[in-house]
Amino acid sequence: MTQLILFNVTNGLIIGAFYVLMALGLSLILNLSNVINFAHGNFLALGGYLAFTLSPALGYWGALVVSPLLTALIGLAVERLMIRRVYNRDPVYSLLLTFGFAFVMQDVARYVWGPNGLPLGLPDFLSQPISADLFFITWYRVFMVTVVIVAVLGLFAFLRYTRVGVRIRAGTLDLETVASLGVNISFLRTFNFALGCLLAGLSGVLAAGQIGLNPNMGDDLLMPSFIAIIVGGVGSLIGTLFGGLLIGMAAALTSVFFPAASEAVIYAIMMLVLLVRPRGLMGEEGMMS
Amino acid sequence: MSTDVATVAVPAARQPAVPRWARLVVIWALLIAVPYWLPLLGGYTALAGRVLVFGLAAMGLNLLLGFTGVLSFGHAAYFGLGAYGAGLTLRYLVHSTPLAMLAGTLLGGLAGTLFGLLIVRRRGVYFAMCTIAFGQLWYYLAYSWNDFTGGFDGLRDFHREPIGFGALTFDIAEGGTRFYFFLLAVFAIAVTLLGLLVRSPFGHTLRAIRENERRARFLAIPVERQIWLSFSISCFFTALAGTLYALLNNFADPLALHYSLSGYFVVMCVMGGMRTFWGPLLGATVFVVLQDYISSMTVNWMSFVGTIFVLVVLFFPRGLLGMRRLRGSA
Repeated sequence: MTQLILFNVTNGLIIGAFYVLMALGLSLILNLSNVINFAHGNFLALGGYLAFTLSPALGYWGALVVSPLLTALIGLAVERLMIRRVYNRDPVYSLLLTFGFAFVMQDVARYVWGPNGLPLGLPDFLSQPISADLFFITWYRVFMVTVVIVAVLGLFAFLRYTRVGVRIRAGTLDLETVASLGVNISFLRTFNFALGCLLAGLSGVLAAGQIGLNPNMGDDLLMPSFIAIIVGGVGSLIGTLFGGLLIGMAAALTSVFFPAASEAVIYAIMMLVLLVRPRGLMGEEGMMS
Repeated sequence: MSTDVATVAVPAARQPAVPRWARLVVIWALLIAVPYWLPLLGGYTALAGRVLVFGLAAMGLNLLLGFTGVLSFGHAAYFGLGAYGAGLTLRYLVHSTPLAMLAGTLLGGLAGTLFGLLIVRRRGVYFAMCTIAFGQLWYYLAYSWNDFTGGFDGLRDFHREPIGFGALTFDIAEGGTRFYFFLLAVFAIAVTLLGLLVRSPFGHTLRAIRENERRARFLAIPVERQIWLSFSISCFFTALAGTLYALLNNFADPLALHYSLSGYFVVMCVMGGMRTFWGPLLGATVFVVLQDYISSMTVNWMSFVGTIFVLVVLFFPRGLLGMRRLRGSA
C-alpha cells in the first residue's frame, strides 16, 4: 500500500509538473494580453515533434534545448502575424482566433508527422529505474521534475530581476500606465507570448519522453491547465504554480482509491474554489472581473 | 469593457431598407418551403433539420453573446445535457417525446442556472474560461460513466416516439418532411419567445449592460441579476436545441458536450453577425452546409474549419448580416 501511494504521489508530482509548465505559459499570456491561448496544447505538441525531428541530428540534449527555442520563435511569428490584431477587440475574437488556429496546427502536425503515435528516444541511463525497490521511478522522472523546477525558478528569477521581466509584471497590473511610461508594449506582448510558447515547447519535449507523441497530445493537458489557473487565481503566477500541483496531486491520489473519479475530482476542486473563494486561492481581488 | 468595433456601428433609430414584416415573411416562407426547394439544389431535408437545431442553439447563445455582451465558450455543455437528458428519459423512463424534451431542457437549463450563480461576477475572458472548464466536466462525466451513458460510443437504443393521443397522433418516427415540420414548429415557438424577450424591457436592459455596464448600474439596473438571467435563459434555449438534436439523430454522443462544439456555436454567431437577431441562423446555415461539404471532400476538414475561424475573425468580424447593416447605415 505504501508503495502504491508512493507510486501515485510521484505520478501526481509529474502530472502536476506538466500542468504547472503548461499553465504558467497560459497564465503569462492571459495576464498580460488578456488572451486565452487555445493553441497552447498544440505548441506543446509542436515542441515534442520538433525534438523528435531534431534529435537524430542534435542528439537528445541538443533537441531539448533547441526545440523549445524554435517553438518560441514560431510563437513569435504567430503573435506578430495574427494575435496582435485582436488585442483591443472583444475577447470573443481572440478566443475564436486561437481556437481556430489550434485546429489548423493539429491538422498540420497530423499531416507532417502522421496520425499515429511516435516515441521519442531517450539517453540510456535516463530510462533506468533509480533502485530495485523504487522500480517505478526512472531517472527520467527525476530528471523531468528537476528540469521543471529549474525552469520555474528561472522564470520567476527572470520576472523578478530583469528589466523586461519587471515590465511584464507591471503590465499585468496596469498596461496603460506602463505604456504611458514609454515602454514598447507591442514588443513586450510579443516577447511574453514567445516566452509562454517556450514553456509549452519545453513541456512538450519532456512529455514526449514520457508518454510519446501524437497530434492531440496537448489537448488532455489544456483543460487541467485552465483549471489550475482558475483554482490558483487569475493574475497570480504563484497561484497557478500551486494550483497545478494541487490538482495534479489530487487527481493522482484519487486514482488510488477511486480511479473513475480522477478526472472529476479536479472539476470538483474548481467548483469548490469558485464557490468559497471566487478569486482563486491566491488571486488578487478584482483581477478576475 | 466591450470596446470592440461592432458596438459602435449600431445607430439608435434607423430606417431599414427592407421593412421588418417583409423580412420575417421571407425568412419563414423560405423555412417552410425547405422540403420543396432544397432537393432542387442537391441538399437533403435532414441537413435542413440540422441547420434548425444548431441555429436554435446559436440563437439561444446569442441572447447572451450578442445581446448581453457576455462571452460563454461552454454552451455545448447545455446543448449536450439537453441531448442526454432527452435520450436518457426515452431510454430509461418513459416513451414520450414531449416529456423527454421537457426533461432535457430542464436538465440543461437548470445546470446552467446553478452554474451561472457561481460565475456571474466574472467578466470577459475569465467568464469564458470558467464556462469552458465547467462544460468539460460534463464531457468527462458522459465519457467515463459507461454503464449509464454509453461512454465514448454514445447513447443509443432510444428513438423518437409518436406525439399525441389516439386519432390525433402525429407520427414523427420517420425522418423526412414530417419530422422537419415538427422541428420547424418547435423552432418557431422558441424563436418567437426569444424575439419577444429581446424586444421586451428586459431585453433592453441587457443591451444597456452590453453598451455600458457602469452606466447601466447607475440607472439601477441590477447588472449581476440580469446577466445571470440572460445566461440561464440562453442555457434553456440551447438545451431545448440539444433535445431536438437527440431526437434528430436518435443518438447522443459525448462530442455534443465537447468544447469544440461550443466554439462552433460561437463562430456561427460571429459569422452570421452577433449583433443581429437572425445572424446566428444564417451563420449556422453557412457552417453546417460548409462542414457537410468539406468533410465529404477531404479528411483534413479540421484545417478548413480552423481557417474559416481565423478568416472570420481577421476579415469579417461583424459577420454577414452585420456587414449589410453597416452599409445600410452609412
